[in-house]
Amino acid sequence: MSTISIRKYASENGALAGLVILALAIAIMQPAFLNAQNLLNVGVQAAVIAIMAFGMTFVVVAGGIDLSVGSIAALAAMVGALTAGPLGLVVGALCGLVNGALISYGKLPPFIATLAMLSVARGLTLVLSEGQPHETDALVTFLGSNLAPMVPLPLLLMLAFFGITGLVLTRTNLGRRMYAIGGNEEAAKLSGIDVRRNKLWIYALSGLFAAAAGLVLAGRLGSAGPQAAVGYELDAIAAVVIGGASLSGGVGRATGTLVGALVLAVLRNGLNLLQVPPFWQQVVIGAVIALAALLDSLRRR
Amino acid sequence: MITARGITKHFGSTKALDGVDLDINAGEVHVLLGENGAGKSTLVKILAGIHRQDAGTIEGHTSLAVIHQELALVPELSVAENLFLNRLPRRFGFVDRAEMRRRAPELLQRVGLSVDPDAKVKDLGIAQQQMIEIARALDKNAGVLILDEPTAVLTETETDRLLEIMAQLRDNGVGLVFITHHLDEIQRVADRITVLRDGKSVGVLGPNATTQHMIELMVGRPIDEQYPRAQQRLGQPLLNIQGLTRRGAFENISIEVHAGEVVGIAGLVGAGRTEVVRAAFGVDAYDHGTVEVDGKPLPRHNVQAAIDAGLGLVPEDRKGQGLVLTATVGQNLELVTLGNRDQQRLHDIAGKLRIKGRVEQPVKELSGGNQQKVVIGKWLLADPKVLILDEPTRGVDVGAKVEIYELINRMTAQGRAVLLVSSDLPEVIGMSDRVVVMAHGRVAGELPRGATQDQVMALAVQEISA
Repeated sequence: MSTISIRKYASENGALAGLVILALAIAIMQPAFLNAQNLLNVGVQAAVIAIMAFGMTFVVVAGGIDLSVGSIAALAAMVGALTAGPLGLVVGALCGLVNGALISYGKLPPFIATLAMLSVARGLTLVLSEGQPHETDALVTFLGSNLAPMVPLPLLLMLAFFGITGLVLTRTNLGRRMYAIGGNEEAAKLSGIDVRRNKLWIYALSGLFAAAAGLVLAGRLGSAGPQAAVGYELDAIAAVVIGGASLSGGVGRATGTLVGALVLAVLRNGLNLLQVPPFWQQVVIGAVIALAALLDSLRRR
Repeated sequence: MITARGITKHFGSTKALDGVDLDINAGEVHVLLGENGAGKSTLVKILAGIHRQDAGTIEGHTSLAVIHQELALVPELSVAENLFLNRLPRRFGFVDRAEMRRRAPELLQRVGLSVDPDAKVKDLGIAQQQMIEIARALDKNAGVLILDEPTAVLTETETDRLLEIMAQLRDNGVGLVFITHHLDEIQRVADRITVLRDGKSVGVLGPNATTQHMIELMVGRPIDEQYPRAQQRLGQPLLNIQGLTRRGAFENISIEVHAGEVVGIAGLVGAGRTEVVRAAFGVDAYDHGTVEVDGKPLPRHNVQAAIDAGLGLVPEDRKGQGLVLTATVGQNLELVTLGNRDQQRLHDIAGKLRIKGRVEQPVKELSGGNQQKVVIGKWLLADPKVLILDEPTRGVDVGAKVEIYELINRMTAQGRAVLLVSSDLPEVIGMSDRVVVMAHGRVAGELPRGATQDQVMALAVQEISA
């Protein structure tokens, strides 16, 4: 391999290299990390954030941001628990559509529109739940269970959503338009792309993915709680950014986001295994996010 | 004042500069001439200390100021604050506004600018902003002033004013380095011309160099004709704009373009040319009038319908409106025709347009001329009946310009129509079969092929009675 192609490979897979180094470091300090059951746990722990972050990837590639995904996940799970799982998905997509409508037709900045939805969806969750957790039905519980010994369904769902995200981004018109809209909205418009209508779909997709993540989370816990998934939107954004996407839009890939979500999960798991106190874990995770973003900004120069 | 010898610079495996010599003397305008990618900007950046050369020496003992293509002003701050940015006069630790207001006018006067020092920079025109940058550079008492394509965004009058100021500075002993693609400007101010090609200095010319000579050195081969327009027999009208009006922007604009025809729109900056073509293409709305493509009326404010009917628009601002800079050449080429999954066509069009760069390459790595070919290529893939080109050769080098002209010829030879908006008078006259001149949002007149620049200007500056 020539120097140029090595450099190209490294620059395109910086997050992956980081993940490998991180995993190796933890494995050296605590060999139990490599235990098959533990690795599966890491995958399951990553699943909820990853699915949410895949939806976020669409939004970020298109130059936006979605702060409401944690609340939408909670609302969808609650609706799912009180009625039926599929209805939760519908509600999530509808919340996303409202976001999209506020942004493209109401001309609100994505930050503001989704911040409002963060509050509204959380509030609705509290109203519906009357502040109490509610048990999930068999279908939703199944989402969080093992298909067979050592075959956790959340992990498979994460991989399925990963595949869907990759396909949407690289093989569909909607995906190609996301890159155009995020890269240069004006150029996209002048190329005949209906920017407003596409944004509707993009935010609806994000809502739908958030709802799916919420159902998986509720399935794992066996119940939907009014305070479920609080702050998850920040983890989702972190996963997308660690994965190399640019918050100014036009850049981002499904593999990057998957790796980003895994980095967060590996880090949490490793810090637990190493018995780092939870308060300090927050500090370390924050530092890692900053480090990842720094490295990314360095290699772009 | 500054002597550079044997400057060499690599970027990765490409040699951007290869042993270039450059002398900057006091009281002299030294023009750097070359196609995009010839190494002018790299040389300027090395002189300014932004890049470091791999080999070669720079000797000199004077301060140096660079006016870059992209302006470095803070839009939200006032003229005075921008002038003294970085060294605001202070009193008791706070900004001394009175002192600033006192000193600003004399600085502005040196560049002949009469604006309110308290006005916000964002409310000024681009030419005035440029003058503010120059005034700021002068205040630093720079011995050498480098101007990187300052006239690209200026109108004729503003350019005249700038050239006057440059002459004045020269007479005051300032050494100037001037980069421009406009050969007529060079003939007006240059004392010496260094021509760069592929990172090498290929010649140093005196002030009396002919346009022909400059172009040949720059391109490395003789160019037979600068405006090779080949006229066609006209067919049916393909684009018919009738009575198009948007209050406050343009009024009662009617333009017809036939199959095989190139119609030019000339006029001063602000005459409403871009506004008209954007409205016709459906980007912006309009109040009255109709737009028909090949006899089919277009709905108002609907770009997709315009494209479906066979209209295309290459916008004036390549980076801001034409390209997705974060994407590759191929991703930009397929932007209008995303439904078509065939990748081979992208390679074909890139080859046909002689785009220097791979389809997989990020488009931001290409030179201006090649980027413009990508924007045009994206439309050619949609095979429009009528292509509107808004300032298609702005910031494009001579070689690529001629290629774009050949492309216009090819389109009209195939029975397509072209509407060409251009502020470059020789170009709009040389490449159009008819020139519509706009002034103050109206059609001031129409001139047949072979019109002179004076005729166009006479129409462009006329006052129209309401």
